[in-house]
Amino acid sequence: MGRDQFAFVRKHMLPEAPPPATQTGAIKWLRENLFSSPGNALLTVVSAYVVFQIVISATPWFLNGVWDSPSLSACREILDGKTGACFAVLSERWNQLLFGFKYPSELYWRPGLAFVLLFIAAAPVLFGKVFPRKMLIFTGLYPFIAYWLIWGGSLMVPVFALIGVLVGAVVYSRVVTVNAGVAVIAAFVAALIFWILSGYVTGPMENVLAIEAVASRDMGGFMINLMLGVVCVSLSLPLGILLALGRQSSMPIIKWICVVFIEFIRGVPLITLLFVANVVLAYFLPPGTNFDLILRVIIMITMFSSAYIAEVIRGGLAALPRGQYEAADSLGLDYAQAMQLIILPQALKISIPGIVNVAVGLFKDTTLVSVISMFDIVGMIRGPILASAEWNGVYWELFGFACVLFFITCYGISQYSQWLERQLRTDHR
Amino acid sequence: MTTMTDPPKASFQLSMLIYDTRYRSYTFQFIALVLLMLLLGYLGANLVNNLAAQGQNISFGFLSNPANYDINQRPIEYDSQSSHLRASLVGVINTLIVAFLGCATATIFGVTAGVLRLSPNWLVRKLMAFYVEIFRNIPVLIWILIIFTVMTAVLPSPNQFRGDNADASMLFDAFAFTNRGIYTPAPVWGPGSLVVVLTFLASIFGVFAYRRYATKLLYDTGRLLPMGWPSLVILFVPTILIYFVLGQPISLNYPALKGFNFDGGLHIRGSLIALWFALAIYTGAFIAENVRAGIQAVSKGQTEAAASLGLRPNRIMNLVILPQALRVIIPPLISQYLNLTKNSSLAIAVGYMDVTGTLGGITLNQTGRAIECVLMLMLFYLTISLAISAIMNVYNNSIKLKER
Amino acid sequence: MAAETQMNVSDQVAVEITKMNKWYGAFHVLRDIDLTVYQGERIVIAGPSGSGKSTLIRCINALEEHQKGKITVDGTLLSNDLKNIDKIRSEVGMVFQHFNLFPHLTILENCTLAPIWVRKTPKREAEEVAMHFLEKVKIPEQANKYPGQLSGGQQQRVAIARSLCMRPRIMLFDEPTSALDPEMISEVLDTMIQLAEEGMTMLCVTHEMGFARKVANRVIFMDQGQIVEQNEPEEFFNNPQSDRTKLFLSQILGH
Repeated sequence: MGRDQFAFVRKHMLPEAPPPATQTGAIKWLRENLFSSPGNALLTVVSAYVVFQIVISATPWFLNGVWDSPSLSACREILDGKTGACFAVLSERWNQLLFGFKYPSELYWRPGLAFVLLFIAAAPVLFGKVFPRKMLIFTGLYPFIAYWLIWGGSLMVPVFALIGVLVGAVVYSRVVTVNAGVAVIAAFVAALIFWILSGYVTGPMENVLAIEAVASRDMGGFMINLMLGVVCVSLSLPLGILLALGRQSSMPIIKWICVVFIEFIRGVPLITLLFVANVVLAYFLPPGTNFDLILRVIIMITMFSSAYIAEVIRGGLAALPRGQYEAADSLGLDYAQAMQLIILPQALKISIPGIVNVAVGLFKDTTLVSVISMFDIVGMIRGPILASAEWNGVYWELFGFACVLFFITCYGISQYSQWLERQLRTDHR
Repeated sequence: MTTMTDPPKASFQLSMLIYDTRYRSYTFQFIALVLLMLLLGYLGANLVNNLAAQGQNISFGFLSNPANYDINQRPIEYDSQSSHLRASLVGVINTLIVAFLGCATATIFGVTAGVLRLSPNWLVRKLMAFYVEIFRNIPVLIWILIIFTVMTAVLPSPNQFRGDNADASMLFDAFAFTNRGIYTPAPVWGPGSLVVVLTFLASIFGVFAYRRYATKLLYDTGRLLPMGWPSLVILFVPTILIYFVLGQPISLNYPALKGFNFDGGLHIRGSLIALWFALAIYTGAFIAENVRAGIQAVSKGQTEAAASLGLRPNRIMNLVILPQALRVIIPPLISQYLNLTKNSSLAIAVGYMDVTGTLGGITLNQTGRAIECVLMLMLFYLTISLAISAIMNVYNNSIKLKER
Repeated sequence: MAAETQMNVSDQVAVEITKMNKWYGAFHVLRDIDLTVYQGERIVIAGPSGSGKSTLIRCINALEEHQKGKITVDGTLLSNDLKNIDKIRSEVGMVFQHFNLFPHLTILENCTLAPIWVRKTPKREAEEVAMHFLEKVKIPEQANKYPGQLSGGQQQRVAIARSLCMRPRIMLFDEPTSALDPEMISEVLDTMIQLAEEGMTMLCVTHEMGFARKVANRVIFMDQGQIVEQNEPEEFFNNPQSDRTKLFLSQILGH
C-alpha cells in the first residue's frame, strides 16, 4: 500500500521533440490571424478588397508621373489622357517649398548645412551612450553656428552671445558652492548685463567677419517650420521648468501666478496667440521698437509650449516618490540644492516622453503661421505656387510632398521617443 | 504650564525674513508680487503710450455698429446691417455646431478604430495602425486643406448634373455631392411631428427604464430577461406606430437641380464638411490610441478571474473590463474634445465663419479694434475650456475608486 | 547583554523632548511627549501602527513640525530658524523604511553628495570617507553601481553608510527592515548592531524584538500618540506593567 504504488524515479530525461505539423507554419498563422471565425474571415475579405482598390488606383498615378515639364497643361499633354501625377512641380519648385521664395538661391547651402549639423549636434543628447561626451561641446556651440549660418551678418554677434553664456556659466560655478539658489539668479543677471553691454559693441562691428545677411521676412518654406519648432521647444524648456516648480509651490501667490498663466495659455487656441503676435503684441512693446514678425511669433509660440511642458514636468514631479524629497531634506540639502541635484534630474527623465509629445504637437502646429501670412510650407503651397498660372490645380503632388515631409519628421521623432521610453524602463530596473 | 516648556520667542531680526520658516514664504511672495506689478506696469505703460501715439483707445462700443458684411452660413437671422455683436454670435453658434458635430463623429471613428486595433485579425489591426499613424503625424491644417480641396476642386459642379448624359449623378436620387457643398434631403415638419419626436425621446428613456427594471428583477428573483431585442423594439416600434397613425407628418424635401444650382433640401457647405471631417478623422486617431490604452490598462488578470468565474466574453467586457477601462479613457477623451474645439478655430483657413472668422477675422480687420477683438476671442475659448475642465473634474471625483 | 552595553551611556543629553504635542489638522497625533535621550543610548520604539512612533522620530530632524512643546537636539533648539534646522539635520542621520537612495547617482555619489554640498568637503576627501563607510557596511565593491542594481538589503546598508558619511552624532531608524525580504533582514540588523557597539546614539522604530533584546538599553512602547511604558528590555519583555503593553506583546511575540 502507499509508497509502493506511487514511488517513481526517472532514469533518462526526455529530449525535446518538434510539434505536430498543423500547429506551426504559414497555414496556422493564416488560420489564427485572418480566418479564425466567419466574422473575422469577412473582415479580412473586406479589408483586403479596400486595400486592393486603393493600390490599383494609386499605382498608375505614381508610375506615370511626369517629372519634367514647365506647367500643368504641359504635363497633361505629355500624359495624353492617362492618369498620372505631375511631379514636375516638385522638381521645379522644391527649393521654394523648402526655403521660401525670397531666400537667395546661391545661399541655400547655408541652411542646408545648418540642418545637417543639427543631427550632429543632437546625436550626443539623444543617444548619450553611443556617442562620446566630448561631442556635447559642439552641441553647446551649435545654436550660435546655426544662427550665423541662417541669418548671416557679422560673426561677432553670435560670438558675443556665446561669451555671454560663458560668463553666466562661470558666475554660476563660482557662486553655486556658496548658495545654489542665488547662483542661478546671479548667472542669469550676469549674462543679461553682458549681452546688453555687448549690444553697444557689436553695433559698429557689422561687417567684421560677415557673410551675407538674410532678413527674417525673406525666409519661408519648410525651413521656417523646422526653425520655429526647434527654437521654441528649446526656449520653452527652462521656462516650463520654472512654471512647473512654481505651480506646485506651497506659497499661494507664486502658485496662483503660475496657475493663471498656465490655464490661460492652455485654454486658448494657438491661432489667437498668433493673432496677438501679429497685431496686438506691438502695443505692449516700447513705442518706436519694431520687432520682426518672426521674433514676435517665436515669443508667443514659446509661451504657448512652455505652458504645456510645465504640465508634463508637473506630472513628472508628482511621479517622484515623496521619499526622495525627504531623503534630500534629511541630508541637509536646501531647496535649490535638492532641486538641482536630486529632484529635477529624475523628474525630467520621467517627463521626456511627454515633452517629446508636446514637441511633435508643436512642430505640427507651426503650420498655423500660414494663417497670419507667413510663408511656411503650407503658406507657400496655398500662396505663390497654387496661385501661379503654370501650377494652378496641382493639388495632390504638393500636398503629398508636404505630408511626406511632416510624416517622416513626426513619425521619426515619435519612434525615437518610444525607443527612449523602452531604454528608460530598463534603466530604472 | 505650557509656557514654561515652550521655547522663548526670539526677538525679531531682519535676517529672519529669509531664514525663519514662518516669514520666508512671505518674503518670497512679496518679492514675486513686486516683480509682477513692475512687469504689468511696464506693459501697461507701453500700451497707453502706443495707443496715445496712434490716437486710439480701448472701447467696446464698436460692437453695436453695423457689421456691413454677409456671412454665408448663418443658423440664425443675420444680415449685413446687423451689429458686430450679432455677427460674433453667429460665429459662436457656428463654432459650437462644428465642435459638436466633430466631437460626436470623432468619438465614433476613434472608438471603432481603437477597438479594432485590438482585433484578433492581423490585417484589420495593421490597417487601423496605418490609419492612426498617418493621421497623427500630419498637421491638422493640411488635412483640412486637403479635404477642402476635394470638396471644392475635385467634386463636380452643379452644371455637370444636367442633361440626359450627365457627368455626375445624385446618390439614391437624394444626395448631391458638388463643389459648392453637399445637398441632402431636409425634413419638413408637418402638424403632429412634435408628437413623433417626443415619442422617440420617450422611447429612449423607455429603453433605460427597461434595462433598470430587468437588472432589478435579476437581483430580486434571479430571472434574466433578454436585453437585446426588447431594447430595439421599445426604441423603434412606438415611434413608427405614432408616425403612421398621425398620417406621416414628417416628410422629406429633396434637392433638385433648378437652373444653375440645386434648390430645396439641406445645403451643407464644403467648408463645414472639410472642417468637420478633417477634425473628426484627425482627433479620432488620437481617441483611438486613448481607447486602446484604456482597454490594455485593465490587467489581464481581470479577464482571467472573470472567465474563471464562468462569465461569458460579452459579460466580461460589459461588467468588468469596460467600467475599469472607461476610467482611464474618459479624462484624455475629454481633453481631446477640448483640443478639437480649439482646433476648430482653423476654420478661418477655409472660410468657414466661426467665431475666429467673424470676430477675429472680418470684424477685426474692418474696425481695427485688434486688442478688444482678440481679447474677446480668447475669453470665449477660455470659458469653454474651463467649463469642460470643470465637467471633467466632476466626472473624476464621482468615479474615484474608494481607497483607504 | 544589555547590561554590558549600558556602560557606554554617557550623561550628556543628546535629545531632549519636553511636553511635545503635534496635530495633523484636528487629529492629535502626539500627546505630551516627554523624552530624554543620553549620548550612547540605543532606544527601540515599538507600538501598533498609527501610534505615532514614526512621527515622533521625524519630528526630531524636522521632517515634521510640532505645534507645542520643546525639542532640543545636541544643545540646539529646534525652532523656526532655518539655521538651527540645518545644523540639526547635519548632526542627525536618518535611515528610511524604503531606503530612498537617489537612483540616478552611483552608490559612491549617493554617499558623497551631502558632504560635498552641505559640509563643503573637497571631493577627494568625501570619496575617501565614503569608501571607509562603505567598507564598514561591507559593500565597498558596489561603489560604482547604481541603486537599482543592488538587492534590498544592500540598498539599506548603503543608506546607512550615506547617513554615516555626514558624521552624525545621532542616528534615527524608521522601520529599516520592514520592506526587506526575510533573508536580508539579518545583514542590516548586523550593521546596526555594529554601530551600536561603537557607541552611536540610536533611536529605532522597529518590530524586530530580537534586536531590541540584544542591543537596546531602553524599550519605549507607544500607543495613541503617547509613551505608555518604557523600561530596560529584560523588564519590558518579561514584566510588562500596562495592559496595553501586554496585549501588544502577545500579538507580536505570539506567532
